[in-house]
Amino acid sequence: MPQNESVILRHVFCKGSILPEYLQTTKDKEKERGFSVLKKVLKRILISIPVLIGVVLAIFIMLRIVPGNPVTTMMGEHVNPAVIEKVSKEMGLDQPYYFQFIKYVANALRGDFGTSYRLNRNVTQIIVEAFPHTVKLSVLAAVVAWIIGLTAGVIAAIRQNKLLDRLFMGCALMGVSMPVFMTALVLQYVFAFKLKWFPVSGFDSLNAMVLPAIVLGWNSAGSIARMTRSNLVEIMQNDFIRTARAKGLRESGVIIGHALKNAMLPVVTMMALQISSMLSGAVLTESVFGVPGIGRLAVNAIETRDMPLLQGTVIFTTVLIIIGNLVADLLYNVLDPRIREGE
Amino acid sequence: MSESIVLDIRNLKSHFFTAKGEVPAVDGVSIQVPAGKIIGIVGESGCGKSMTAMSVMGLLRYPGKVVDGTITLDGRDITHLSPKELSTVRGNELSMIFQEPMTSLNPVITVGRQVREAILLHQKVSRDEAKKRVIEIFREVGIPEPEKRYNSYPHQLSGGLRQRVMIGMAMVCKPKVMIADEPTTALDVTIEAQILRLMKKLCREQGTSIILITHNMGVVAETCDYVYVMYAGKVMEQAETFALFENTSHPYTQGLLKSIPKLNEKAERLYTIEGVVPNLLHLPEGCNFCTRCTEADARCRKEKPALYQAGDGHGVRCFKYESEVQLDGK
Repeated sequence: MPQNESVILRHVFCKGSILPEYLQTTKDKEKERGFSVLKKVLKRILISIPVLIGVVLAIFIMLRIVPGNPVTTMMGEHVNPAVIEKVSKEMGLDQPYYFQFIKYVANALRGDFGTSYRLNRNVTQIIVEAFPHTVKLSVLAAVVAWIIGLTAGVIAAIRQNKLLDRLFMGCALMGVSMPVFMTALVLQYVFAFKLKWFPVSGFDSLNAMVLPAIVLGWNSAGSIARMTRSNLVEIMQNDFIRTARAKGLRESGVIIGHALKNAMLPVVTMMALQISSMLSGAVLTESVFGVPGIGRLAVNAIETRDMPLLQGTVIFTTVLIIIGNLVADLLYNVLDPRIREGE
Repeated sequence: MSESIVLDIRNLKSHFFTAKGEVPAVDGVSIQVPAGKIIGIVGESGCGKSMTAMSVMGLLRYPGKVVDGTITLDGRDITHLSPKELSTVRGNELSMIFQEPMTSLNPVITVGRQVREAILLHQKVSRDEAKKRVIEIFREVGIPEPEKRYNSYPHQLSGGLRQRVMIGMAMVCKPKVMIADEPTTALDVTIEAQILRLMKKLCREQGTSIILITHNMGVVAETCDYVYVMYAGKVMEQAETFALFENTSHPYTQGLLKSIPKLNEKAERLYTIEGVVPNLLHLPEGCNFCTRCTEADARCRKEKPALYQAGDGHGVRCFKYESEVQLDGK
């Protein structure tokens, strides 16, 4: 019976269950909830495929539009043109762009992102080596951002419109609006050059990681503080805060137990979304402090027209950002029961 | 009223300090709550009923403040407690239910844990023991499938169920007094009756006194033992419920009762009390009600009447009932 089948199919795809709601047990519902999350993840992964293809295409075209021949950059200006032609042919650069593109995508699907012109090594391998440094830097920066941002935001909210609030929010505004390289240079000058507390650059000891982490986290700390404050101030006006007080909770309990969880929902999501700005910040921070991570890799690749390496790093970062967005979405799902159910 | 008084509010004054001036939201209110009784506070919006309740709970926030008067709970003055002392009273000996069950529960915490929190705050019991008690109280307040509901979030429950959760939360530590601020206003009429019956039952079983704040005279007649009628921050009339309906004395109370449409009378227009509640910043020189009172004379506009005794436990703030005995003890 085709009609029945379509009804069932519609149930499966639209509601995730064949049974009408009144026949479902709690277990069914839980299963269904699991399905809906899985479905969401799958959907998001499918959506990100065209995004990824678009990014690859865009970076591919851009790299071929910008002036500068990788071969001359690599070998110097005054090399025999015949040699340049030969090397170009070896590298497949004489072939039409569409052919290069298709070949590149086909290889990339197999996990082969080509060989770096400058380092003459497998791009995937280079990225895998550099990635842990960027992760370390980002995680440390995130910790800095969370600790500073949350504390400042909560204190500012409690002392709303008092001196501390104004002070913290002023700092936060500075954090949000000051460019990363500016903060980096100022901190480097004061704490490394003048006070000599930390090394000027490098990333081999914990001591050396302090400044880069603060520089990269500072920006996010500012936005976390501002968002925490405004959310908390708003949440504290809610009726359920009055209920919590009436229950006998003290003010600290009210804020930590009841207000903060509500106020954190958007902040957590924002943090996951901020992975992209973290990564772009990492490009600058890594360059200034000489951290051997993805960001510095990308900058070097741009400087030397190392196309395969640059393409590799851009694609890699794009994937990271897509994952970050997905995580943000799922986090909201986990944290807010209203959204968890309302699907 | 010879019963023992659990909660004694004397000459309570709560003011709001606004940019335009000091607003006397609660202006010398005295309320006595006997053990195990239901006391009603009636009045229009903005007459100070909720502010009285908030003052008693110590929940008034800036710019509101208790400026005068004493609140005594079971012989202990709780008017100016430190936050630490206050937290042992609130939710334990004195609890409160709010008007809006929709927004009064934290949306991201399960209702069971929200009620359990109240137990863990005031009693030394294990988490499991507390959970058992929550389920018990859920059953008592008539929540079906209490074990399952323990893990529900507020948005998964109907308004009536949420209000039952609120009542459960307020009753779980067996308080001496529970303040219910319009607990049924946001609910259906059918649910309203259930909730009122439930509160009455709990009050009887646990010996908890209830202060029921409402604007609904029908609710008062049905549930309360004793009633205070408030207007513009002052108690206008107070009496046992039966006496209030039988010998309605104050012109304001008479107006309120007349405003209730009756089934057996045909009226073209419903009765209303002319005028509006006066701005608390610019109260009349005389009786607060004189601007709207049909019987007001020159004296009413010049002098403020006291709360005169008009019968046994019956007080009226009106010169018509002027007598030697004054109930507000000035």
